[in-house]
Amino acid sequence: MIQFFEAFGIWLGAFFTFAIFSFLYKDNPVYKIAEQVFVGLSAGYWFVYTIFSIIIPNLYNPITQNFSENWIKIIPAILGVMMLMRLIPKTSWISRFPISLVIGTTSGVLFLRYLKSDVINQMTATMINPFIGGSWVEIIGKLMLVIGTLTGVVYFYFSKKHEGAFGSTARIGIYFLMISFGAAFGYTAMARISLLIGRLQFLLGDWLKIIGP
Amino acid sequence: MAKRKQIDRRWIFLLIFLGVALPLIIKVGLPVEITKNVQMVYELVENTPKGSTVLISFDYDPASMPELHPMGLSLLRHCFQRDIKVVFTAMWPMGVQMAEDIVTTLKPDFPKKKYGVDYINLGFKAGGMVTIQSIGKDLKKIFPEDMYGSPITEFPIMQDVNNYNNIAFVFSLSAGAPGIKEWVQIVSDKYNRPTSGGCTGVSAPAILPYVNEQKQLTGLLAGLKAAAEYENLVGKIGSATSGMDAQSIAHLIIISFITIGNINYWRKKNKQKKDRKK
Amino acid sequence: MKRKIPLIITFTVGVLLIIAEFIPHKPFGTLSGELEEWFLVISGFAIILGQLSLLKVNTFKIKYKQKDWQYSIITLASFFFMVGFGLLWGTGKSSGIFGHGEVISAVIGIKPFDYLFQNVYQHLQATMFSLLAFFIASAAYRAFIGRNLESNLLLIAAVLVMLGNTTVGGLLTSWLPESLNFLHLPKVSEFIMTYPTTAGQRAIMIGAGLGIIGSSLRIILGIERSYLGGE
Repeated sequence: MIQFFEAFGIWLGAFFTFAIFSFLYKDNPVYKIAEQVFVGLSAGYWFVYTIFSIIIPNLYNPITQNFSENWIKIIPAILGVMMLMRLIPKTSWISRFPISLVIGTTSGVLFLRYLKSDVINQMTATMINPFIGGSWVEIIGKLMLVIGTLTGVVYFYFSKKHEGAFGSTARIGIYFLMISFGAAFGYTAMARISLLIGRLQFLLGDWLKIIGP
Repeated sequence: MAKRKQIDRRWIFLLIFLGVALPLIIKVGLPVEITKNVQMVYELVENTPKGSTVLISFDYDPASMPELHPMGLSLLRHCFQRDIKVVFTAMWPMGVQMAEDIVTTLKPDFPKKKYGVDYINLGFKAGGMVTIQSIGKDLKKIFPEDMYGSPITEFPIMQDVNNYNNIAFVFSLSAGAPGIKEWVQIVSDKYNRPTSGGCTGVSAPAILPYVNEQKQLTGLLAGLKAAAEYENLVGKIGSATSGMDAQSIAHLIIISFITIGNINYWRKKNKQKKDRKK
Repeated sequence: MKRKIPLIITFTVGVLLIIAEFIPHKPFGTLSGELEEWFLVISGFAIILGQLSLLKVNTFKIKYKQKDWQYSIITLASFFFMVGFGLLWGTGKSSGIFGHGEVISAVIGIKPFDYLFQNVYQHLQATMFSLLAFFIASAAYRAFIGRNLESNLLLIAAVLVMLGNTTVGGLLTSWLPESLNFLHLPKVSEFIMTYPTTAGQRAIMIGAGLGIIGSSLRIILGIERSYLGGE
């Protein structure tokens, strides 16, 4: 019986794979059904894992097993229930309280982390001497790194009109951004093709057994 | 006239389908060259003392499996080969299943590795960056239980692990946010612990600036090519390496499309110029 | 009260977390740690809110027979199957309300929740995203045209990176002598990624970072209030 269900599972996977691929020909009811199954299962998965991974271990168990030490967890529990009030139009304003806590926490953390990692540390990483060490290829590369970063940042400064020397600098910044977008396209193409490879490895391997593992 | 020149895009779809399918059946197996960032990840694991504990976060779902799953497999194989203990977490709920799948696949090759002693799956937590920051203060408060509901204090692997100070390095297999970026921002930049990761090709360019002289990120596995490189370094060829032929052909097809598109554009432009002169 | 108290909460929490970064001792360190734990629990409820909202929308669609309402039945059925299986018999080695469901697991090999995940959901999601492979090829043909210097730079970088990220790329330039190794396609691709691409992305990162810092400050100081909604 187990073997039957194993084989049935693979056929089920193949069926839904083709159901989604059918969209490439044109939109059709089979694709739409598969799409809705995807949405439903996805939501169900998130629901179950939220209950098992967060609500039970981080809220229910601490309160029920050791209330004297964890009584304070009643506050996030109440805030959580207040969050659910958003579903009812008349009481939806109550959800503003937990949302404000979430937004405040996120803003505080983002402010600090982005300041250090994405601004200060990136500027520090750009303050290099391109001429120290390495081959001439590396020296050219490091020069590009410094010039590209500086001119790129200049391009993003929109409070001054892009003309004259400032405009020319911003223009160089655009060239670096274009190279970076091109490279990003190259990597995106690689990523998308990889996903198709994964699908075909399933169809040709697990399902049709034409190719080995 | 213009309509006749437009190829029905379904022909393009068919060509891509065949371009990927055929090389999977007829394998050529061209060699994969190792790049610097992948070598750095490999050396990070190599230089980690035996018996240390590392944290691998599975921050992806089945949509990114072809790229990130081979990385996860090779990385865990490498850690097990070097007797490094591994703590799994997931910032994406489906990451839990991804980790489980990798352990199941590797189990026959490492029958002596015991759950709770050599590795443990702590499961999923929401909250992204805030939760990652919180783990740095007290891991056991955020993960009081493993993913099966047993208190983590019961497991030998967790006896001395309280925060990032007890972790040799953190590795995020990331398909987006929360993922590698958040781990770098917290673990590397706040707690000064070595951080590394593997990401999808799509997010690679945006993550690369973290690989710098300050070592915000120690190496990076970017996309299927990097996964194939790592498979080769670890010495166990898997789905990433066997997909590289298909990747090559598909890239050549896309480059051909770009070339044809440009030739058509320039021909059209030249014709318009000639017509205007007439 | 409906607006002022949330603004005060946002300000207090935001400022507290920033102070705790510089003064990690009591009471700031303890309070920020507690807040972060609350955040996790509230995030859990936010996820549940999302699922309940999906249920509400689809139920309304069926109730009022809106366009394509039949598909909503499938959405709801799939949702309840997944939730039902998960809550009743658990997932993996964790038990549900009725334990581990040994009888049904003995028949199908694994738990029903995991069976649905592995054989249906996993394939649906993976295929859904793999469709993009076809569209990116089509887009390359239609939109990737070198009209001026900027678009030519974009195009050349894309082609070189694509070639460098394949095994064929390495083969094409493997005949080059050692002195010209820097022209070897994988090396060229690595060079583009390490220097000009990193420069461009770093500029974006710094720009976006400054934007996020500004927005965070505006939220904490109560200048930006759109998250509170109308009224």
